[in-house]
Parts: sequence; structure tokens; C-alpha cells
Amino acid sequence: MSANGNGHFVSLKGVSKRFDNLEVLHGIDLDVDEHSVVCLIGASGSGKSTLLRCINLLEQVDAGTIVVDGQTITDGKVDVNRLRQKIGIVFQAYNLFPHMTVLQNLTLAPRKARGASRADALDRARALLHRIGLEEKADEFPDRLSGGQQQRVAIARALAMEPKLMLLDEITSALDPQLIGEVLELVRELAESGMTMIVATHEMSFAREVANKVCFLDAGVIGEEGTPKEILSAPREERTREFLARVLEGGRL
Amino acid sequence: MHGLVAFDWHVIWLRVFHPNGVFARALWVTIYVSIISQVAGVALGLIAALMRMSQFPPFRWLSAIYVWIFRGTPVLVQLFFIYTAFNLPIINLGIWTIPSEALTAIVALSINEGAYMREIIRAGIDSIDKGQMEAAKSLGMSYGQAMRRIILPQAARVIIPPLGNEFNNMMKTTSLAYTIGLYELFADAEQGYSQTFLSEYFIAVAFWYLVLTTAWTFVQAWIERRLAASERADDLTFREQLIAAWNPVNAWARGAR
Ligand SMILES: Nc1ncnc2c1ncn2[C@@H]1O[C@H](COP(=O)(O)OP(=O)(O)O)[C@@H](O)[C@H]1O
Ligand SMILES: [Mg+2]
Repeated sequence: MSANGNGHFVSLKGVSKRFDNLEVLHGIDLDVDEHSVVCLIGASGSGKSTLLRCINLLEQVDAGTIVVDGQTITDGKVDVNRLRQKIGIVFQAYNLFPHMTVLQNLTLAPRKARGASRADALDRARALLHRIGLEEKADEFPDRLSGGQQQRVAIARALAMEPKLMLLDEITSALDPQLIGEVLELVRELAESGMTMIVATHEMSFAREVANKVCFLDAGVIGEEGTPKEILSAPREERTREFLARVLEGGRL
Repeated sequence: MHGLVAFDWHVIWLRVFHPNGVFARALWVTIYVSIISQVAGVALGLIAALMRMSQFPPFRWLSAIYVWIFRGTPVLVQLFFIYTAFNLPIINLGIWTIPSEALTAIVALSINEGAYMREIIRAGIDSIDKGQMEAAKSLGMSYGQAMRRIILPQAARVIIPPLGNEFNNMMKTTSLAYTIGLYELFADAEQGYSQTFLSEYFIAVAFWYLVLTTAWTFVQAWIERRLAASERADDLTFREQLIAAWNPVNAWARGAR
């Protein structure tokens, strides 16, 4: 167990990523303990999405290592599909499959990628829909649902694979303000149930309440990290203070 | 040159309403060469489209060269090259024998069609939001599973209308195979003409091509209607029709009931 992440469930060491000549992440170190929630905050373009996408190998890092659940995933030897089955990701734009019903959205990957039986996949999908309070929408197509409902289905779709880690990428940013609450409530429940999560968000009150650790990402480096209290109430770095002031003006704190 | 009145209407009448067995065979040859060539062309086009999007550069080059050559040269030249360079066998399927000329035509037309289908299929795939592939991959599905279950079913809505037009062209293009000795619709007319020197044979054969292409127009319209709306249009709002149309399989099943 040399590359076991030193007991952390997710461990990034010196992760760098560039797109052509734009260095988006440089030398990111980040540890996430099992059953903990880490919130990534930072301005648009600071690299939050890229960081999350590196962790489920939607992007390949240029330098550094990432260990997830004791497995080094950045050495090119990992079974990408197997890895992604234990890492759920939810996107800002939901990305539900529009040609399938809600139920089909939830059962497709468990059946095809993990080989679950139809009956098992259906049972689990129904249980998840019950949990998110959308049982009656099982046979609807996604565009019959509100944005908040679609995003809850997207979370349920990721959970249907029984992931050990969830990555949430600004999942409320595309929602009308009155729909944000229902989605965050679901994430809060997930956190309480012990799900390990890395959450990119602009919802500072949510981060304060749910996060075990908050990381301020600034132009591809972690500018400051600490408990929500430390970062959100008493930031040490000038850049963090500036960022929070700007968010505050936006009326989100 | 004779005017309309001077036409031998009797010949046309016979060819249209009393087709003989030889004609029926020629019609059948045109139909099966068209269908097989189109289906194989779609398959080749799909392979070439996937190669075009591959991470492996030689695949992309191969795909580009394929399209460059087969869209950039006359199909007649391709047909003659394959006819003269390869001695393709007769395919004997028991009750159904495909003559060597038919196989040659099928091979040439499919390869040519694949180059056009590649562009159509690629445009269809490109029209699907990138987030769909990412969502599928993120759930642990393989590239193949994502293509088959997520991308292609959605791309089909974009691909099918131009595909229908390609098939209309295909049915007419099969007439070129007359030049390599395939006895299809046009060859049948040409033979009638060479024995009688009556241009009426070509009017009659034009009629039969029109029957084929018109029948296809109806089939195509039906398929597109199935894609765009559901059978129970009366009970459904426009929005609901659009939603139902998202799932071609569902729409199809609903129509079949
Ligand atoms: N696929 C890509 N190609 C080129 N540049 C990209 C790509 N993805 C992201 N970027 C750039 O990387 C930077 C960080 O983007 P992102 O990780 O999306 O930031 P955030 O999620 O914090 O807004 C931005 O400047 C963005 O334009
Ligand atoms: Mg982002």
C-alpha cells in the first residue's frame, strides 16, 4: 500500500493541467477524508470544474498524482470505466438522457455498465425516486420536469451506481432561485448519510453548513483552505477576502 | 422524332400494366441492390464516422482519404474499376442467387454511399450535446455503450431525413449498373428499345422508377412523422408530441398498436 493516499479517500499531489498553453491547474494538493464533504469555491474560470473532471478522468492530468480509494488513478493503468462506476458526478446542466424516461435514465448504467439485473436495477431506481420524492415522475421524459426536479434525478442517476464518492459541479447554478433549496436539501441529506463529496459551489451558506473543509481555488492554485468558519468568516488571504466580498455583493452569502 | 400523339401507347400500356416475368426480375434486382447497398453504405458511413472521431490519427487519415476519393470521383468510374479489377463471385443463397454483376454493383455503390453517409452521420453525432457523452462515460459506460444507447438514438433524428434522400438517389443510381451487364430495370428497358427502337420503353421504365421513388417518399414521410410526432396527436399537446418523439422506439411501438 504505497500509493494509498495516506489514509485519505481522495488525495491529489501536485496536480497540474493545461489546455494548449493555458495552465488551468498548477500543483494542486488536496486531501479528502472518507465521509467528509469538501467544498471548492472560487471565481468562474479558476479551475473548479477541471479539478473535478480530473478526479473521474474526464480530463487527464499533465503532472501529479491522484489517489482514489487507495488506487492511483493517474498512472494510465486504471480501468477507467470501473473507476467511474464508483465516482458519481453531477453537472451544472443536468445532462439527463432526453430520449429516455426518468426510470430508464436511472436503470441504464447499472444494467449496462455494471451488469445488474433488470429487476434489481428497477428496484433500486424506484427506491431512489422515492427517496428524492419523484416516484410519480418515473415514466416522464426529462423535459417534463422542472430544473430542480431534473437535477434531483441527475443526482439519483449517479447514486444508482452506488458510488463511493460524489463530485458535484455547481449543480444549482443553472436553477431558478426558488428551485435551489430542494436540490441542496438532497445534498445535505447525502452528506448526513456519510457520502464522501467534493462540491464546487457558489452557495456559501450551504458550504458553511455542510462542508468539513472549504478550499478557495484561485487561478489554478489553492489559495487558502480550512474549516468553513476559517475560510468564510475569517479568511487570512487578501484574495479570499476579495472573492467573498464579490460573492456577497451578488447576494449569495 | 415523333410527337406525343405518335407514341406507341400500346407499348407503354403493356410495360406498365402487363409486366412480364423478365421485367419482374429486373425490378427485383433494382430493389434489392438499392436496399443492400444503402444498408451497407450506412454501416460503412458509421464506421468511417467513428474513425473520423477516433483518438488514433491513422484512423482519421484513413477516413479522410476514403471520403476524398469516393466523393471526388464519378461513381461510374468506381463501378468499372471494381468490375474490371475484381472478379466477384456469384452468391448462391439457395432460393436466391445474387449474380456477380449484382454483387459488383452492391460493392461499388455501398462504398460510394458510405463516403456520403459518413458526413451525414457525423453531422448527426455532432449535433448532440457533448454533455451527453460525458454523462454516459461518467456513469461508467464504455464508449461503445454510450454511442449505441445515448448518442446514436438521439442522432438518428438528425440522420434519418437526409438518409431518406440518399436512398431515393440510390434507387436511381442503380441504373448505372446496366453498364456492367446487370439486368436491372434500365437494362430491361434498353433491351426492349434495342429490339424495336421505340423510345416508349424509356417512358415506361421512368414510370417504374417513379413508382419506386414515390413509394419511398411515403415510407420516408411516415418514418419522419413517427419521429416527429405520435399517433395519438389529438390527445397530445405539441409539447407532449415533441417529448414522445424523443423516443423513436416508443413512437414506433405506439404507431404499431
Ligand atoms: N476543454 C477545454 N479546452 C480549453 N480550455 C478549457 C477547457 N476546459 C476549461 N478550459 C479553461 O480552463 C479554465 C478553467 O475552467 P473551469 O475548470 O471550467 O473553471 P471553473 O469551473 O472554476 O469555472 C477556464 O479558463 C476555461 O476557459
Ligand atoms: Mg465550472
